[in-house]
Amino acid sequence: MRDFAYVRADSVEAARNAAALPGAMLLAGGTTLVDLAKCGVAEPATVIDISHIDGLNAIDVSADRAVFGALAKMSHVADNPQVKSLFPAVSEALWQAASAQLRNMATIGGNLMQRTRCPYFRDPANFPACNKRAPGSGCSAIGGVTRGHAVLGISEACIATYPGDLAVALVAFGAEVDLGERKLKVEDFFLAPGATAEREHDIRPGEVITAIEIPGSAVARRSTYVKVRDRQSYEFAAASAAVGLELEADRRTVHDIRVALGGVATKPWRVRAVEEALKGKPLDEDTVRKASELAMEGAVDHGANHYKIALAPRVIARAILKLGETA
Amino acid sequence: MNDQVTISPTTLSIHLTINGRDHALEIEPRVTLLDALRDRLHLTGTKKGCDQGQCGACTVHVDGERVLACLTLAAQVEGRSITTVEGLANEDGTLHAVQAAFLEQDAFQCGYCTPGQIMSAVACIREGHAGSDDEIREYMAGNLCRCGAYPNIVAAVRQAAKELSA
Repeated sequence: MRDFAYVRADSVEAARNAAALPGAMLLAGGTTLVDLAKCGVAEPATVIDISHIDGLNAIDVSADRAVFGALAKMSHVADNPQVKSLFPAVSEALWQAASAQLRNMATIGGNLMQRTRCPYFRDPANFPACNKRAPGSGCSAIGGVTRGHAVLGISEACIATYPGDLAVALVAFGAEVDLGERKLKVEDFFLAPGATAEREHDIRPGEVITAIEIPGSAVARRSTYVKVRDRQSYEFAAASAAVGLELEADRRTVHDIRVALGGVATKPWRVRAVEEALKGKPLDEDTVRKASELAMEGAVDHGANHYKIALAPRVIARAILKLGETA
Repeated sequence: MNDQVTISPTTLSIHLTINGRDHALEIEPRVTLLDALRDRLHLTGTKKGCDQGQCGACTVHVDGERVLACLTLAAQVEGRSITTVEGLANEDGTLHAVQAAFLEQDAFQCGYCTPGQIMSAVACIREGHAGSDDEIREYMAGNLCRCGAYPNIVAAVRQAAKELSA
């Protein structure tokens, strides 16, 4: 790991000023930054430690909305009783992510800045070509081993999968990220690679995430996060789905539904086609499975990741039917 | 801010509180808590396995919560209370209930992952995540054992959880 200067920010204002320095990177939990610095992917000139800023770790939940301070730990949000009852998919996405140790370190704001686990991205010594690391250098994954790579939202520049879980639940329920001067939908905060794979987030130098807000809703209250992976725990998703469901008074007709996918796309992926196909429809297995297939419109595989196109709709259907059973 | 402003890497003077004792250190900013513990303070009970946050061998407690020392910068935990496996037993040498349970249940083979397993188990029980074997497996998943001593590790955590709640 290349050495860097270390500065401890004691306020958001100080963090913003320091974050505008060339080569500066923010350090919160450290689970992404320290890891990538060891890989030689992140080479900060200055590390701005924001983890000692007071007052940024509050967890404030009511039926109307949930607000998580940027420095709230993943474990604390996952275990919060009100999050469990009012936003169950958020709690489930969090406790199924990473390990207990990493969830005690990683923060909610830092979680949004998590980088891809693409093995080519993480190995600059052996794979110099990576448009995310070095724009214009090419993509080592295309034509390489692609089992974990994305099938949705990809481009000729990049097929790296967005690896996180929390943000999948956040985009399903219309959450916003607070950057101080501006707020934007988490869905818009994440950028598909297009021709600029190096830009993963709509965040500018000097901006600092201060909080995440999720509006309360019936779909958020009755929600779940289903994660399918190579091993039962401590693994990234092969495919995952955050789903929220609100039924009509007859308890079988879909009034409102939210569906978002993880593990298969280049960013947290809301699938409105599935939602629209199910609104007003009876919640029977055949209808749900047919609608879930719509999530794969436009999907393109690169060989070894072909299985994701079959897997993802089944994960969505499992999540919806699981929620339906609790009617 | 002025673009000409630059900050150069320098040696940091920090104080760490480890197992209740204060330690003064001169370190480069990039030094992890794991390397500070092992190479500077000779507290080698905390193990370096993968050194990239994937195996759990370096698990320690910061302010009572289990974290990975390999992904924690030493400078970042100044002012926090750090506990390593060396700080678990009583002053008189009486083992912590989790340490005793690991011995009784033969919950290790080569022993390299064991300090991390034990530190993780102590926190797992304290968090209230040791209510069933399935819950123990889920919440101990961040600690890998290449020897595959998992059934005995689960048994040890189950036993210690029972004793500590008695």
